[in-house]
Amino acid sequence: MTGIPGVARVRANLTLRRINVTLAQADGALHNVLAELENIGHPSRLIDSADLSAEAKDETEVALLKAVAVSGFGAMNVMLLSVAIWSGASDATRDSFHLISGIIALPIVLYAARFFFVSAWGALRRASMNMDVPIALAIALALALSLFETLRGGEDVFFDAAVTLTFFLLIGRYLDYRMRGKARSAMTGLQRLAVREAWEVTPEGKLRTVAADAIRPGMVLRIPAGERIPVDLRITSGASDLDRSLLTGESAPVAVAAGDVVEAGALNLTGPVDAMALRPVEDSFLAMSMRMLAGAEESRSTYVRIADRAAQLYAPLIHLVAFATFVGWLLATGDWHRAAFVAISVLIVTCPCALALAVPVAHVVASSRLMAEGVLIKEGSALERLATATRAIWDKTGTLTDGSPVLAEGLGTAPGSHAAATLAAHSAHPVARCIAAAYPAPAMPVLEIREHPGYGVEGLIDGRLARLGRPSWVADIAGEMTQGDGPAFAFVGEQMQRFPLRETLREGAAEAVVALRVAGLPSEILSGDAPAAVARVAAQLEIQNTQAGLTPQNKVTRLQDLLAQGERPLMVGDGLNDTAALAAAHVSMSPASATEAGRAAADFVFLREGLDAVPLALSVARRTAAIVRQNFGLAIAYNCIAVPLAIAGHVTPLFAAIAMSGSSIAVVANSLRLNRRRMTPSAPRLQEVTV
Amino acid sequence: MNILHLLIPVTLVMGLTGLGAFFWSLRNRQYEDLEGDAERILHDDNDTPMPPRKETIR
Repeated sequence: MTGIPGVARVRANLTLRRINVTLAQADGALHNVLAELENIGHPSRLIDSADLSAEAKDETEVALLKAVAVSGFGAMNVMLLSVAIWSGASDATRDSFHLISGIIALPIVLYAARFFFVSAWGALRRASMNMDVPIALAIALALALSLFETLRGGEDVFFDAAVTLTFFLLIGRYLDYRMRGKARSAMTGLQRLAVREAWEVTPEGKLRTVAADAIRPGMVLRIPAGERIPVDLRITSGASDLDRSLLTGESAPVAVAAGDVVEAGALNLTGPVDAMALRPVEDSFLAMSMRMLAGAEESRSTYVRIADRAAQLYAPLIHLVAFATFVGWLLATGDWHRAAFVAISVLIVTCPCALALAVPVAHVVASSRLMAEGVLIKEGSALERLATATRAIWDKTGTLTDGSPVLAEGLGTAPGSHAAATLAAHSAHPVARCIAAAYPAPAMPVLEIREHPGYGVEGLIDGRLARLGRPSWVADIAGEMTQGDGPAFAFVGEQMQRFPLRETLREGAAEAVVALRVAGLPSEILSGDAPAAVARVAAQLEIQNTQAGLTPQNKVTRLQDLLAQGERPLMVGDGLNDTAALAAAHVSMSPASATEAGRAAADFVFLREGLDAVPLALSVARRTAAIVRQNFGLAIAYNCIAVPLAIAGHVTPLFAAIAMSGSSIAVVANSLRLNRRRMTPSAPRLQEVTV
Repeated sequence: MNILHLLIPVTLVMGLTGLGAFFWSLRNRQYEDLEGDAERILHDDNDTPMPPRKETIR
């Protein structure tokens, strides 16, 4: 690449699948670089500066990693000294060891555990409880008590407990963060597939590229066949067919001509059109859907994660137990110091170390498991919500079906069929392609082929004019319309022939619907398409509940009704018309082929072609939920043993260290079991994401 | 017991050195492209990393 003139430096990042190019001049020949990449088989796109800054801003992950390293260093050194004390160091040696431990532990805990202190303080200020409140309290009190004991020359100090606690808890916190960051960067990778630039026709009649967000109303844009419409616009010249399936759920292409208004996001299929931009990107249909999405998302923010629910129960309980212990010992012995010591050791022992690790570790294992299977997760709570779903709601076009049509009855052997296939071979329209593909014989000789965007193809076959395309247009030469579905074909003055179409189901759709029904999730279709098309798909999949012709708002209303009835719907959809519904549902999934907005709204994005990703994700989510429950069980069992001992005053620093590490390791080991069983014999690879 | 006066500082210095090395490698973006580094070791041509922390067009 450095051979290309104007390129100063190139560096590829294989992990991010991104190439870093430094140009010799600011306005250097970037298109040469892109053309060369295309040439060697790596078609690429420019990355948005907004995506990059979103990545760079996330410095918490690095800060957490540093804190893990620092507390790990501290834990090791303090442990070394503690082991020496446990194995019999006494008197002056013990006191000086305590002092050194304190000198090491104090700055390290203040540095590394600041995340817990900040979070706990935030929760207390809002007068609420989270898992960090007991953690921060235990760490702070352990430190304070140990300092006091050290200065007094006491026997037992808990510096090791404070540092190892911090270390273990930070590992959990880091894993939690990292999982979210990982999913996010995968999303940015996918988002690069969307429209970023367009062709502007300058007043002098020249073509130049403009970034999508630099388009202003009144600009004239040229939309070549095969590209997406970047903003809402009015067509000024040319005619074409548009695929609006991602916007409305309609599967059939729509013909447009000069004067028609078109929404951003539609795909131009057949002919190039010139059009005037009506609105800037941020006011276009796409952006408005985004705003609707933001409204729908608010309704879901009420979900409380399982760890926080546990904390709300657990935290007040252990504070109460510790306080009761303090009062009990004070009444029984009258010794302030002894009572405080025992109460603090209760707090240290009950510190929710295993509890704080239980959820993130299980989620990290499950998400890396799903990622290897081609399913990306946005955040941990999505797994919890998926595990409790009670109903599956499907979008039709692009989700249950793969969006491309096939002939319902085949072409037949009528002489007209051969001619129709011949004409169809000269068009790029998806319907024409499927007609051409349905007839195996070689094409007939044909003259004066002309494609009329928005209408169809015509040509001379055996000296006779023939047309394939829109029925009303074909009727102009056939003389009379024939009733039926789908595109028409006729020779001049002859009987018109019709080709009914149907959609192909996405791979694994039938199996997925059955698997979900077995798992207790009845299916339902909510589609924006015509009732007949929806009924055909529903009959193939044996789904009874269907609703057709819905607007995006109708879909949201239906989901809200279900939620109000206490159902927890899983929404699977891909189009812009599903975006708000995806956000309103209890949990949602969308295929990688979905619109950018759809992928952003969904909790899960599957990169594989087949719909088997849906039951797969469900089964992983349910097993994760089971593992999380077991982890909580382990943590509770540990507390049942440790707490009575602590209350009785038998907890030494050695005991605390062993018990806490033991319970944490048990929880991690249990979570790793998620990785063990093979789900599918053939795990498909992650689909290539373009750089 | 005098040996402790030597050994404890030695352990601490060793630990701190490791910690410092880790921080240095983090700051120098050594973990940004692990896959790329694994591939690059197989190539003979001279391939230097991008200058660190400089605004570049990606």
